[in-house]
Amino acid sequence: MSDRTPAQLSGETRAESDRLLHDALAGGKLPRWAPAAVGVVALALAAVLNLVTFVDGVAGTLVVAALLFGVLQSVWSFVVEGRRHAVDRLATTLVYTTFLLALAPLVAVLLTVIVRGLNALSVDFLLTSMRGVSPREEGGGVYHAIVGTLEQVGIAALIGIPLGVLTAIYLVEYAQQGNSKRLARAVSFFVDVMTGVPSVVVGLFVYTAAILTLGMERSGFAAALALTILMIPVVVRSTEEMLRIVPRDLREASYALGIPKWRTILKVVLPTALSGIITGAMLAVARVAGETAPLLLTTFMSQSINFNPFSGPQAALPLFVWDQFNSGTDASQDRAWAGALVLITIVMILYLAAKLVARFTGVKK
Amino acid sequence: MSTSVTPDAPAPATAPAIQGAAVRRGDRTFLGLSRGAGILILVLMAAIAAFLIWKAIPSLQANTANFFTETEWKPDADPAFFGIAALTFGTIMTSVIAMALAVPVGIGIALFIAHYANRRLGAALGFITDLLAAVPSIIFGMWGLSFLMPQMQGFLEWLTTYFGWIPLFANDLGIFTRSIMIAGVVLAIMVLPTVSAISREVFVQVPREHIEAALALGATRWEMVRMAIFPFAKPGMISASMLGLGRALGETIAVALILSANYTINWQITEPGGNTFAANIALRWNEAGPIGLSALVASGLVLFVITLVVNMAARLIIARRAEFSGANG
Repeated sequence: MSDRTPAQLSGETRAESDRLLHDALAGGKLPRWAPAAVGVVALALAAVLNLVTFVDGVAGTLVVAALLFGVLQSVWSFVVEGRRHAVDRLATTLVYTTFLLALAPLVAVLLTVIVRGLNALSVDFLLTSMRGVSPREEGGGVYHAIVGTLEQVGIAALIGIPLGVLTAIYLVEYAQQGNSKRLARAVSFFVDVMTGVPSVVVGLFVYTAAILTLGMERSGFAAALALTILMIPVVVRSTEEMLRIVPRDLREASYALGIPKWRTILKVVLPTALSGIITGAMLAVARVAGETAPLLLTTFMSQSINFNPFSGPQAALPLFVWDQFNSGTDASQDRAWAGALVLITIVMILYLAAKLVARFTGVKK
Repeated sequence: MSTSVTPDAPAPATAPAIQGAAVRRGDRTFLGLSRGAGILILVLMAAIAAFLIWKAIPSLQANTANFFTETEWKPDADPAFFGIAALTFGTIMTSVIAMALAVPVGIGIALFIAHYANRRLGAALGFITDLLAAVPSIIFGMWGLSFLMPQMQGFLEWLTTYFGWIPLFANDLGIFTRSIMIAGVVLAIMVLPTVSAISREVFVQVPREHIEAALALGATRWEMVRMAIFPFAKPGMISASMLGLGRALGETIAVALILSANYTINWQITEPGGNTFAANIALRWNEAGPIGLSALVASGLVLFVITLVVNMAARLIIARRAEFSGANG
């Protein structure tokens, strides 16, 4: 690039200093094709290493190629462009690699579930229970588990969403009022902490409190209680976020018309934030629908249909998958994967629906 | 928007009703309800602690071994002896592996989505990682066992062959299945969406001016990341890591499926074995007698306290750091 400096304008020394200045500012630069070229060289070298040394396997060779790419490009860049650009290129390489590194297993999970789940999936599988089907036999299905999951998650949503929304209203709308401030801060802090309580601990709590102490039986309802506790903090957080986006002006316009605070909340604030609240609630439902550990502690697995969540063992999809996977026969493994596919489909549909609701009806920021 | 407020609601019918005592009653009821819900959350947290402590006491009294240093887990034996040493080791080890992998990769992904990829690609990839946060943990466990474990076999053998002189990677059995290492890798993948989603959120919030100022001063993209993005996003990154850690510590089913549970402290983490608090509860639950259940509750209490401390620490760090970050206003 330095040959473009207009030397004729200003004598030999001036040209020299211009060139130096230009180099200092713009510096040398690797050609645009540099990453591609280095990539090819790195792959070739890795392939050679694969043949002559301990490097083997496709994954191993690719990792070595990536390492070589990083090193080679950095060295070249260091020579031509200087240290700062070499570091920059290395960082860029790392960022791209981490992304590929992460995407691979994430995609693999979905593919594995779909491919293996399709083995046993059929309309029959969705519409029959496991009653009278031994682990070795093929057949049977998840109907009883779907019933259980829908009821348990439904009950959890029925209790958890109103509680969560009310808490969020308290935090956003009432927290500023005098003596409420301290309480609100404590509630807010413990909602955050509650998000981090492991689901198995919540299961233990429901077992010790509801089953051991209150004498409730292990049932779908006990499981629903555990799911409720897991749901509340998620609902509170997302609702809170939505309520905070609702413009102050809307509330003040309402107050100015003489409308009391509670009616303002019900008629102005909540409707404005509604779609966001729905999105948050659906995400919370999706999150708890796949929980296995708390169910394991609070309900018994059942192989037959039980519509009554308040008494008797009731199955659930995650429990079904756990049960079948641990049975260890080929037929039960196939059923476990098919159950997993059903579970993941339900969760994903909830998730996508929530995102669509958010997208098309969201509060304009 | 304000038009929706004016017309119907405070029309003549309600106008008289919204004055005086009725206003106060309505407001008081509503405040009472919402405050009640808030208080319920505090009560719930207190109740979790109280019930776990209460129901853990019988086993702790029956225990003939030291609860904190004993590795064996035989609460239903006569006399009962059990301890959480092996569980603590397994829990910390799997979580450390998970965090060592997930934090740098998660932050890398977040950077990629927020500042390296173009807007469209970034949004799509962000959506995909969010989607994977919704995958139930049991599915990660099954996948880890039947897909990842065979895939990792070769790498673990390689690791042992060339780095076996590091005690951590030594493997005297020549068996590489169902190990703490594999559980840690699966945990890393599971907490990755958590770490990257929250980091991404803060990366996106970095004021445009900071970024452009850095670039205008001639910073390379990486220097911009270090000078403008990381300082601003530091509390968020710590928060993201802590929340990921919390999830890794308490993860139950995936770990329970993968580990071949035993109660030894084995530093050779590529060998089968190991156990964690959460996995142990799930695995032992149905076979446990009264003291056994109580012992599991006791171990759950320890897990609860650990995650509580991690989460509270995270929140406090963020709260303190937030004051220094002048760019928020």
